[in-house]
Amino acid sequence: MLTPQNAFRAVGRPIINFLRDAGGSTLMLLGIFKRLKELPRTSRQTFLQMEAIGLGSMPLVFITAIFVGAVASVQAAYQFQDYVPMVFLGSVVGKSVILELGPVLSALVVGGRVSASIAAELGTMKVTEQIDAMEILAIDPQRYLVMPRVVACFIMLPVLTIFADVLAILGGMFVANVSIGVKPNTFIEGLRMFFSVDDVISGILKAATFGAIIGLMGCYNGFRTYGGAQGVGKSTMHAVVTSCICILIADYFLSSVLFRVIFYKGVA
Amino acid sequence: MITVECRNVWKSFYGKSVLRGVNLTIRPGETIVIIGQSGTGKSVLLKHIVGLLAPDRGSVLVDGVDVGRLSNKKLFELRVRFGMVFQSAALFDSFTVDGNVGFGLREHTDMSDEEIARICAEKLHMVGLDDVGSKAPSELSGGMKKRVGFARAIAMNPECVLYDEPTTGLDPIMSDVINNLIVKLSSELKITSVVVTHDLASAYKVGDRIAMLHDGVVIFEGTPDEVRNTNHPIVRQFIEGRAEGPIVVGSRE
Repeated sequence: MLTPQNAFRAVGRPIINFLRDAGGSTLMLLGIFKRLKELPRTSRQTFLQMEAIGLGSMPLVFITAIFVGAVASVQAAYQFQDYVPMVFLGSVVGKSVILELGPVLSALVVGGRVSASIAAELGTMKVTEQIDAMEILAIDPQRYLVMPRVVACFIMLPVLTIFADVLAILGGMFVANVSIGVKPNTFIEGLRMFFSVDDVISGILKAATFGAIIGLMGCYNGFRTYGGAQGVGKSTMHAVVTSCICILIADYFLSSVLFRVIFYKGVA
Repeated sequence: MITVECRNVWKSFYGKSVLRGVNLTIRPGETIVIIGQSGTGKSVLLKHIVGLLAPDRGSVLVDGVDVGRLSNKKLFELRVRFGMVFQSAALFDSFTVDGNVGFGLREHTDMSDEEIARICAEKLHMVGLDDVGSKAPSELSGGMKKRVGFARAIAMNPECVLYDEPTTGLDPIMSDVINNLIVKLSSELKITSVVVTHDLASAYKVGDRIAMLHDGVVIFEGTPDEVRNTNHPIVRQFIEGRAEGPIVVGSRE
């Protein structure tokens, strides 16, 4: 039955949960900053995570990137027909891949894979009391488990994004040549026409931020797990959903700051 | 050796009171067994002792120091003095048995790998396990996992070991092996031991003192003989394992 109390509960509960999660993940992030000086102690774990997150995600990111570049090329050519010279095809594909598609789509596919795997692993450790056991051994789980994962994501996402950018452009160039008839030289000429190092830097900064979000959401949701296998499933789902949403929200704010403040060159 | 004092400890989860003013003193060097029905907060009390949980009200003092008021750093320093054996063993499944037993040593000492391996083998031998160091936890039986948990708990030579349901889920013979181990470790290492269980055979065998937790408070403390001979109606019902009596199953909130 819909009573005022139930209505307040239905509205209030998600707000309280959101505030709790926002506060909890912010505290976890601050905890990582506080422990950064201890990073050398966990360098082995960090390298292992970099390998698992970076190398493990490469096939997925590469396949996604090649087809994203190919689609961007086909779509742009369709928009250009009869209005814009095809020399600009390389410019459009390059700009859209470096600024937006490379970092965001890489982050979304890696986010799905990595935040789920981190949340499931840490969640299982939580419900089987392995994290409690670590605390009893006087080993700080935030230092030993959280920091290496977040740092590894922070470092590896830009690396994956650079590879993704290159492969997406190659994919776009290949499709432009084979199905649209734009020669590679023409494509590259267009690519170089509006190429800017600032774009690459902003793409890498975005990717690093998205990486931190993926690691943080995976760890936060993993640490909040309770209630056995069902709880692990819930945490895994939450980790994927929250990391994807946070990536898209952060993308907007980062783009605003990067392109309207930091790299803004004024209207010519 | 460690003294633990629980003073009027209250704890609730999601509005449900679990501990409602627990008062209990654990003396240095003794083995105290905390008994009680499932869900009465025995494990919750254990986790308060090492600061894994903080009381809503009241305090837990270890050697006179309020655990709930310690900084993270001080809390970790305090925990080095404790070992804990978990109900589910809680072995790190990404490590081998040696990795589990030597984890604390690797993190907290500058010992060489050879020295750590020697200590792991020695502790595993103490719990009756030889040649299992390179095995993964998934390759071990329930009883072996528990014993590896014992070895891990004593690897850093703690002053106090907490046992959370050490015999639950084990067959009677393996339960007795584990009980013997608790007695042996307590007498050989001269440590304070806190055992949480609802297995009375285990309680009588290992305990110097037994405390019964019911409805979130300690309702009885005494030696195993005093427990056996008590007329306290709740304790009697519990030790006789009767469904009829003052404890009504499902009455707790």
